[in-house]
Amino acid sequence: MNFALRALLEVQETALLAARAARRLFRRPAYIGEMIQQMDVIGVGSLTIILLTGFFTGGVLALQSYPTLKYYGAQDQIGQLVSTSLVRELGPVLAGLMIAGRVGSAIAAELGSMVVSQQIDAMRALGTDPVRKLVAPRLVALATMLPLLTLMADAVGIGGGWIVSTQLYNISSSAFSASAWQGLDTNDIIGGFIKSMAFALIIGVLSCRQGLSTEGGTVGVGRSTTTAVVASSIVVIIADFFITKALQVILGTT
Amino acid sequence: MSSADVEEREGEPQGLVHGGVSEAAAESTFHEVDDRERITPAIEFRDVTLSFDDRVVLDRMSFKVRKGETKIILGGSGGGKSTTIKLILGLLKPDEGRILVDGEDITDYTEAEMMSVRKKIGMVFQEGALFDSLSVYDNVAYRLHEQGVPEEEVEQEVRRMLRFVDLEDAVDKMPIELSGGMRRRVGIARALVGGPKIVLFDEPTAGLDPPTARTICELAIKLRDLEDVSSIFVTHEMNNVKYLTSEYAVVNDDGEIVFEDEGQRLCLINTKVLMLRGGKIIFEGTDESLHKCEDQYIQRFIRGH
Repeated sequence: MNFALRALLEVQETALLAARAARRLFRRPAYIGEMIQQMDVIGVGSLTIILLTGFFTGGVLALQSYPTLKYYGAQDQIGQLVSTSLVRELGPVLAGLMIAGRVGSAIAAELGSMVVSQQIDAMRALGTDPVRKLVAPRLVALATMLPLLTLMADAVGIGGGWIVSTQLYNISSSAFSASAWQGLDTNDIIGGFIKSMAFALIIGVLSCRQGLSTEGGTVGVGRSTTTAVVASSIVVIIADFFITKALQVILGTT
Repeated sequence: MSSADVEEREGEPQGLVHGGVSEAAAESTFHEVDDRERITPAIEFRDVTLSFDDRVVLDRMSFKVRKGETKIILGGSGGGKSTTIKLILGLLKPDEGRILVDGEDITDYTEAEMMSVRKKIGMVFQEGALFDSLSVYDNVAYRLHEQGVPEEEVEQEVRRMLRFVDLEDAVDKMPIELSGGMRRRVGIARALVGGPKIVLFDEPTAGLDPPTARTICELAIKLRDLEDVSSIFVTHEMNNVKYLTSEYAVVNDDGEIVFEDEGQRLCLINTKVLMLRGGKIIFEGTDESLHKCEDQYIQRFIRGH
């Protein structure tokens, strides 16, 4: 089978898995407990890395852009630059990439190990659909938690920018806040939410697909984990471009 | 055979007849004592063929497992043994041929339709395939929890099953804390929850020490002789064949389960051997005829060199 055909087959299988998971979401049993557990693992478990990433990204944004803004005499606009960049772009993308690394790898490794130790076969033999029991709750948990994590990354990032601007560049706190609020509107926040939900589904579906298609023992688990992280990260970045363009058209966020 | 004869044998374990009876007579006895429903095979393969890419894994395979019968599927690695079991569970689909479970043609069943068929079947995996994140209790209770059975009933059933495999003390342990043999036994307990009438064993003794392997075989014998379970026992170890074809389980006067050698009081007619090589059946019959078979591969397999 050549590369193009294999890639096409992979896209088809991934799309089918997503469709099956979506259909099974509305059938009983709903595995609410499993969803809450996954929300805890994905959401609470990733909080520290997301907050750290957000805070230092906001800080470095202020650090890097202040000299340029000062050159044009627009240093008071630093709040707007930090908030708009974070809410529209950096927050969703960086949170997505961090989650792809932390959660995507964990999902692929866990499901892959279950495949090679025949636990998935055992689950099917015991009358449980693995897509409903394992895939659907992870997708729901990701789609719920990633937007919330992104929101926190945005908030903490703006905080990081505020600290750098006020402590290192003597921008007044009120000027930073006024500029930050002025630069944002509802559509930016909605756009950020839509992006992070889309990234969550991309990471979830790709990681589950890689995990469930694991072959070749423990070496195969390692391969699936790497592929899940690499593929999720790349697709998130590519999808970001197209979603941004679509949102500009639909929401008018230019 | 008269009805008096039937009544006389009602107290005996199913599928066992008194020594001295010819195999043909025993076969007919086996059929006549049972009602019409028992004539329907528990499992039937009709010309089943399966290929992975260009490699033929099963080639026009046909066989039946009767109700209450144990079929030992013997063969070397890559012979198609485990594939056969996966086909019965619908984990794989054949390219050609039909597969019947309890008279029901499951060949074209969807995944959703297979779920109800799988409830009739217990499956014991090679390494136990226990869920790592669940305790022994939750592993054994898995099927019942999925069905929403009240916890009180679940606990009773789990303890009964763990008693059956002699592992009641391990109820709160995690799979990681168990030895290989214990994992297999928990796997057997999990497979037996819900009282399936068909149990599939996929190399359950692979990699175990001989006494533990014997314990696993004894569990299979107990299921066959005391629970009237039809089973497929996939293995490549001749020791397993010896245990399963030469011993039977009975309940003695004190109510204890004891194992006796074939010929002491009864002879076994409900355990057959089927040998696979390269996806084809090269032998089907009793263990006695297997040992008499002149095929060089079979002789080498039996001798182990």
